Amino acid sequence: MAKYLLLKHYRGAPAAVNDVPMDQWSQDEISAHIKYMNDFADRLRDRGEFVGEQALAQEGTWVRYDGEGRPPVTDGPFAETKDLIAGWMIIDVDSYERAVELAGELSAAPGKGGLPIHEWLELRPFYGHAPTITE
Amino acid sequence: MIDEALLRSLTPGVIGVLVRRGADFAAAEDAVQDALVEAVRVWPADPPRDPKGWLVTAAWRKFLDATRADTARKRREDLVDTEPEPGPAQESDDTLRLYFLCAHPSLTPSSAVALTLRAVGGLTTRQIAQAYLVPEATMAQRISRAKKTVGDVRFDRPGDVATVLRVLYLVFNEGYSGDVDLAAEAIRITRQLAAVVDHPEVAGLLALMLLHHARRASRTTDDGALVPLAEQDRGRWDTTLIAEGVEVLQAALAQDRLGEFQAQAAIAALHADAPAAEETDWVQIVEWYDELLELTDSPVVRLNRAVAVGEADGPRAGLKALAGLDETLPRYSAVAAYLHERDGDRRTAARLYAEASRKALNLAEREHLTRQAARLNN
Repeated sequence: MAKYLLLKHYRGAPAAVNDVPMDQWSQDEISAHIKYMNDFADRLRDRGEFVGEQALAQEGTWVRYDGEGRPPVTDGPFAETKDLIAGWMIIDVDSYERAVELAGELSAAPGKGGLPIHEWLELRPFYGHAPTITE
Repeated sequence: MIDEALLRSLTPGVIGVLVRRGADFAAAEDAVQDALVEAVRVWPADPPRDPKGWLVTAAWRKFLDATRADTARKRREDLVDTEPEPGPAQESDDTLRLYFLCAHPSLTPSSAVALTLRAVGGLTTRQIAQAYLVPEATMAQRISRAKKTVGDVRFDRPGDVATVLRVLYLVFNEGYSGDVDLAAEAIRITRQLAAVVDHPEVAGLLALMLLHHARRASRTTDDGALVPLAEQDRGRWDTTLIAEGVEVLQAALAQDRLGEFQAQAAIAALHADAPAAEETDWVQIVEWYDELLELTDSPVVRLNRAVAVGEADGPRAGLKALAGLDETLPRYSAVAAYLHERDGDRRTAARLYAEASRKALNLAEREHLTRQAARLNN
């Protein structure tokens, strides 16, 4: 019983095996990809392992405090080299092994030519509860 | 005001009655949930004289409504007619079987926990979902799959009590989050189990829970920071719970069938018995860890034993007891840091505390360990 974040990157992850950007896919290839992602989420829901998912826009801004009485300073858009998160899925599973298995399944989503993208996904554990019994 | 604890405690018995009347477990469990919901609605204005009888009647009606097929209904009504009223012994057998079913080895731990909380604990799916911070639909699916998994398990023979205890231990250790107090629920369900089965490890687990629950108020500060055992305000420990825990434990130990929960409870009892941290009987605690090692040979026990050895025989002995343990174990660095500090090596301790904070498995521990490192660095 542990929650994990599956993190998908626009940029910053190691290159995928089938690394053709989506804007060069056929309509059917795009549809097949989206269907795969939806089916994957449905299977997670069905198994009682789904917690949530969100996608993020490519646009983003850095913001920081700039002192009393001043508006925050903004900077951006992000430099091309910057690590850029595309979205995430949160799962609640029985083990780390299960989380890895699911991340592998998600990474097999089809891309160009209907072949798996082999995209690198980042798997991050959530902090759990402080257990009651420790000694 | 409706007594929700009473209502929940009736759940397993009512499911048992429906199953005995011929309902399959999954349908019986659904019907009883529906009846519980109705009870919450109806009882405040119109409290029943016989709560369990009321629930059985309501649940049976809901079960019949749900099974429309006439032939099936006829068969079930025939069953009712021929079924004698159960005696108390049979009722406790039913309750016990339900515990075994919900903790069945074919279930994953999270499924067993969810099913136990619902069918034995009488919690709603929403409450369980809130406690484990997942969407209600996810929890509903988890429970429904769990029910399917155990659907073909025969409801007629007891299983291994150890599987049930592991599930209850998991629930207790999850502690408290949101509206549902899982620690209190785990104690309630374990008490119920202890009432129907005479087994020293069931008593041992109950004692362990009571003794740890007794310290709850002192375990964290108002803003959620962890307070280590040695620094806890022992005046805030719940002496009633401690007395009960010790009594339950002594009765269990008297049966002379030691198990890991009894040994863990014995350690908790020795802590509870010390009026001040300095008066803790660490020598005896080390002996109990030795017993625990005989029973489990777990690296986590070895790690905790090293702390106790450090207190009983000095930090050098504690560090020696750490030798050979896997350094990637959770809390290894934290224990090593503590022993090094006691040994006067603040620099190593600070480095290890910082390392331990990076490897912490939860936020409260991370913050505690970071503070320890910062204290030594400044």
